[in-house]
Amino acid sequence: MFYREAGDFKTSYKDDNQTFPIKFDRYRYYAVLFVAFALVPFIVNDYWVNAMLLPFLIYSIAAIGLNILTGYCGQVSLGTGGFMAVGAYACYKFMTAFPEISIIVHVILSGGVTAAVCILFGLPSLRIKGFYLAVATLAAQFFLVWLFNRVPWFYNYSASGQINAPERTVLDIAVTGPNTDAWAKYMFCLVFLTFCALIARNLTRGTIGRTWMAIRDMDIAAEIIGVNPLKAKISAFGVSGFFVGIAGALLFAVYLGAAEAGDSFGITKSFLVLFMIIIGGLGSIFGSFAGAAFLVLLPVLLKNVLVGMLGWPTDLAAHLEFIIVGGLIILFLILEPHGLAQLWRVAKEKLRLWPFPH
Amino acid sequence: MPEQLIFGMEVFLNGLMAGVLYALVALGFVLIYKASGIFNYAQGVMALFSALTLVGIMEGQVPFGHLVNAIFGTEIHGFGWHVPAFAAILLTMGVMILLAWCVQRFVFRDLVGQEPIILFMATIGLAYFLEGVGDLMWGSEIKKLDVGLPQGINAVIDETTFEWFGYGFFIDNLDIVATIIAALLVAALVVFAQYTKQGRAMRAVADDHQAALSVGISLSFVWVMVWSVAGFVALVAGIMWGTKSGVQFSLSLIALKALPVLMLGGFTSIPGAIVGGLIIGVGEKLFEFAVGPLVGGATENWFAYVLALVFLVFRPQGLFGEKIIERV
Repeated sequence: MFYREAGDFKTSYKDDNQTFPIKFDRYRYYAVLFVAFALVPFIVNDYWVNAMLLPFLIYSIAAIGLNILTGYCGQVSLGTGGFMAVGAYACYKFMTAFPEISIIVHVILSGGVTAAVCILFGLPSLRIKGFYLAVATLAAQFFLVWLFNRVPWFYNYSASGQINAPERTVLDIAVTGPNTDAWAKYMFCLVFLTFCALIARNLTRGTIGRTWMAIRDMDIAAEIIGVNPLKAKISAFGVSGFFVGIAGALLFAVYLGAAEAGDSFGITKSFLVLFMIIIGGLGSIFGSFAGAAFLVLLPVLLKNVLVGMLGWPTDLAAHLEFIIVGGLIILFLILEPHGLAQLWRVAKEKLRLWPFPH
Repeated sequence: MPEQLIFGMEVFLNGLMAGVLYALVALGFVLIYKASGIFNYAQGVMALFSALTLVGIMEGQVPFGHLVNAIFGTEIHGFGWHVPAFAAILLTMGVMILLAWCVQRFVFRDLVGQEPIILFMATIGLAYFLEGVGDLMWGSEIKKLDVGLPQGINAVIDETTFEWFGYGFFIDNLDIVATIIAALLVAALVVFAQYTKQGRAMRAVADDHQAALSVGISLSFVWVMVWSVAGFVALVAGIMWGTKSGVQFSLSLIALKALPVLMLGGFTSIPGAIVGGLIIGVGEKLFEFAVGPLVGGATENWFAYVLALVFLVFRPQGLFGEKIIERV
């Protein structure tokens, strides 16, 4: 009816290659952007932003990063928490060392630093594959967290060993530090997420994304048809590190405000982001959003229902959350190994034929 | 003899003992991996779960007591009896066998033939699930586990070494017991795998699923059996670690420590798990002793992983693993 290619004539190659070839998708995309940029900032309050929107935006960036590495290039990483810590500490060092430069530059630079670190730890991936690599990335996780805890230079010799985000502004509006408005933080992260998603989507559609997928599907075969595994794997680690670093920097500077490597960027973060992309869908940018939304909203929902409505103690609700998350992961893998994104794809296919499915 | 060397020797011995405990966890991984190709991340949580269950049964706790209290507003705290350790261990083993059956029936039966990485992620989900169930069933506070294993400094070693070097080594009795039990366990596993009908079926399945199926071996039975054996190994590991440091959440993190052990030894080799465990145990203790003070300590957190990472770059299949042959 309304979800059709028919009647939407493409008259140039540019039209033919656009991200959303179906008109309805395109308008939906503009509508989502409009709501996110023009409506939500005016109606949000502190609770919504801090409990749901900020974590969702930031973890979406991290999930996109990990999805590029794991979902598109097939290199399983359990070091995401450690790489986010690199982004956070790099951002902190830049913020305190060059206060006169804009925070936007700091966040992007910390993404670059993380990319470099990520490439360094990604080098063994040329020899180590599969599980062995997953375990090898644990080395990055534990070593980096230890490094940030033990070397005082990283936390500017502060007595508590914590890093605290100083106040920084964009266009004279505070986005970090204690005196920020909810909507300003939201907008700041939203802009980053929008650009990251755009970049990621277009990278994965192009040559480089195809080489990643070739490596994922079978690395030896890819090598034989002329894909350079060194370039493909290293670029995947680099791009992934860039996004994960930005997510780490935002998580520390905008969302948490203060961080300590072991608490904020522990192994649980690595697993959290991994679960997001499994539930959302490996190898899909939309899946990264869906997975992040799911795992950010589920605990809030459970907490509201169990603690708020049924009056259970918080620790029981926390345990139940473990059971539900674990159970859902198993259920998803059994029913739909390709995650929420696959459900979405199936729904779209159905929608194209609706209301006459034959 | 110089003092540093004597201290080093003590550290070395303690490292060996710690390595045995790592190897115990790693053993469970190897068993399941060999028989079903599943890399069971939940092994550490299984150890935690079995230890929790053991304590719960011994103390006469009511399963899900907290939950029932919260929902119905009752005040149930315990049955008020104490089960002797031996009976409790048997009961816990029953629970682990039941768990093995459930895991096979409800999770992996539906995932047969999926890619290894999907199976791995399913076990991560299983780990979360079990952790939640364990906490919900028995409560999440730190518990003391005492099944009557000897603890404390071994006086004989202390005195002998004092006579030899003028310095008494501190070796925990529990570690010695753990070493003996681990040795017995490995011997028992080898006998089981080599000389019993079930063990032979297990090896056949490990070798080739389809061929095993075609000669009439029940895959689901073998898998349930393997998960039960892994549950038994987890129980032993849970008792050892639980007695040593209390039954608490961090117990499940030792599974992470077992990963570099496995990588070092190779995923498919039982001797590899033992040797890998010893190398990691000794390596991290000696490194902490020699280099730790220079760089701020707590190197034990990452040394094992970095060692395994560096090692793998040169030998991707580990010390004793089968050579990885890839074909297009």
